[in-house]
Order: sequence, then structure tokens, then C-alpha cells
Amino acid sequence: MIVADRKPLEEILESIKDFDKIVLMGCGGCVTICFSGGAKSVELLASQIKIARKKQGKEIEIIECTPERQCEFEYIDPCKEKFESVPVVLSIACGVGVQTMNERHPDTITIPGLNTKFMGYPVEHALWEERCAGCGNCLLEWTGGVCPIARCAKKLLNGPCGGSSDGKCEVDKEIDCVWQIIYDRLKKLNKLENLTAVRKPKDWRTSTSAGQRKVEFKEAML
Amino acid sequence: MSEFEPKIVAFCCNFCAFAAADLAGAMRLQYSPSVRIIRLPCTGKVDALYLMKSFEDGADGVFVAGCLEGQCHYLEGNLRAKKKVAYVKRLLAEVGIEPERVEMFNLSSAMGGRFAEIVEEMTERIKKLGPVYKDGQKESVSS
Repeated sequence: MIVADRKPLEEILESIKDFDKIVLMGCGGCVTICFSGGAKSVELLASQIKIARKKQGKEIEIIECTPERQCEFEYIDPCKEKFESVPVVLSIACGVGVQTMNERHPDTITIPGLNTKFMGYPVEHALWEERCAGCGNCLLEWTGGVCPIARCAKKLLNGPCGGSSDGKCEVDKEIDCVWQIIYDRLKKLNKLENLTAVRKPKDWRTSTSAGQRKVEFKEAML
Repeated sequence: MSEFEPKIVAFCCNFCAFAAADLAGAMRLQYSPSVRIIRLPCTGKVDALYLMKSFEDGADGVFVAGCLEGQCHYLEGNLRAKKKVAYVKRLLAEVGIEPERVEMFNLSSAMGGRFAEIVEEMTERIKKLGPVYKDGQKESVSS
């Protein structure tokens, strides 16, 4: 899932300072699960904004809506009447949701209320960790299902660097060295020979280095 | 100008604080009329939004009063409420409202005197802090 974190309230207030009516739009997908952009977050942020604006003596009207997903036209279109007469939508969906809104409804400016962070999963309740960097060429098969691209600061392909110490990364002692995890995992699986092959430098064209990426499924196209 | 009379909303658990408030009444204990009590089946029912909406609609202080820790009728509703209160403190701080304006208290149904004390304590605390919305910001706040 996509994990996002709310922008500081100050930044949000600054971005809507010229408006006295806004639409606050959440998303019922990933950001609901990570407590940053669901219907509940919409209500709480709306309440915070209203209190802050009341304290400034500048009231604001906030129309709330939370489509099932903000990243598909079918889901945002039914909300159209809510933002038709409003010049600005504050979106607390991921960056994809914000852009879907701007592309589908160009007459309304949609601004982001979240910082979209990574693809990950909840390792425990209310704690999410990055697991996939979307590099476009998955190598989990030979690393025992543990990704060095998403979890190694240097994105190394052939084992740990000199900064790995007691299973921790030199970047931050709170971060596990992913190459230690990969080694331990492969040892357990009796597949340490996976590490004997020299992996050539990764072709980053499958990642963001070769421009915008697309995936199409021709047979399903209308 | 008359002295500031704070508006305080109290979210009280049916099994303890609400009964304690009842007992305080039966005991003819005097406490500040600043408090408005809302009865909940358990403080676990408290939602961060209830607390925020109270401030949005003009409350100067809010407290949640639940059972003593370990004595919740539903096992851990009061512990959940404690977390929600801590969360609301953070949300309030972000909008420039003193986090002390919201507080969690624990008491039993036999503690009528303690309930009166809590109300007095919160009233004093809020009186010192003054109103949430200063003059000029207040017109739009519903009473």
C-alpha cells in the first residue's frame, strides 16, 4: 500500500490562506489504512482548520468528502457537485489522487495536504515501513524476498558496505542493515550460493530514470 | 467586565464518573456550574472528533472521566480514551490551543467528592488560561 504522512498544519493553513471556502477531500484507499487521509482524518483536519481560522478571526467553510478512491475518475466524478463552485480542493490523498483530481477537473485547483512517502506495510499496528521502491525490475527472487533497493541506503546489490555493524546501518542505528537480513534469510533457506554470483550494476531505466513509465494491458483496453 | 466563566464539557463514563457526579449531587457538594456533562456508555466511546468539535463549538476546556485503570467495565475502554486524549492534546497544540485544556481523569463511582474536585480543578485551570477565542473571534461561536 501507499503510505503518506500529513503535512505540517502550518503549511496547510498557508496554502489555503486566501480562501474562505474549500473542499477537503480524502481517499478511502491506502491513506485511510495509514490514518492520514481517510474519512476520519478529513473530519479531524477540517476541525483543526476551522479552529485555527476562528482563532485568526477568519472563518472558513469546509465541504468534506471522501470517495472510495481518489485515483480513479469513476470514484471522483460523483463528488463533482461538491467542488464545482469551490475554487480549491485540499486533497489528503496520495500524490496520485491529487494529480487525478487536477487532470480530471482542471477548473478546480487541487492542492496536497499529505506528503506521499513510500510503498510499504504495517509491521505493527500504526507503524509502517518501506518495502518496495517500484524499481521496475524485481530482484526479490535471489535476495530471499528482502529488498535491498527499498531498504539499503546505497541500494547495494552485492552485499553490505563497511557501514554495517552488528546488523545495523551506519545511517541510523535504528535501521536494520538489510544485507544482514538477506544473509541471515538465505542462510536459513540454505541458499547462500545466491550471493556468490556477481550482480552487474542495475539498469535504472526500468525505474524513473527513463522518464514516465506506463503499463498497459492491450486486450483489456476499450 | 464580568469575570470569565469557562465552558467545560465533561465526557463521563456511565459506570463511574457519571455515577460519581450523581453521588456528588446526592451529597450536596458544591462545584462550579461551568461544566456540561455528557454521559457515555464507556470512555472508550470517546472519539478524538468529539473533543475537537467541543472546542470548535466554543468549549474552553474538555475533560474525559473514566474508571480507574484496570477497572473498566469493558476492560480497556478507559485506556483507549487516554490515548485519544493524548492525541487531541497534539492536535490542539498544532492549532495554537494549550494542550492542558483537555485532560483525562480516572475515578470510581464511589468518589463523588473527587468528581467535585476534578470540576473545580479544571475550572481553575481554564480560568487561568482564559477563553479559547479572544474578543473579536467570538462572534461566530455558538453558545
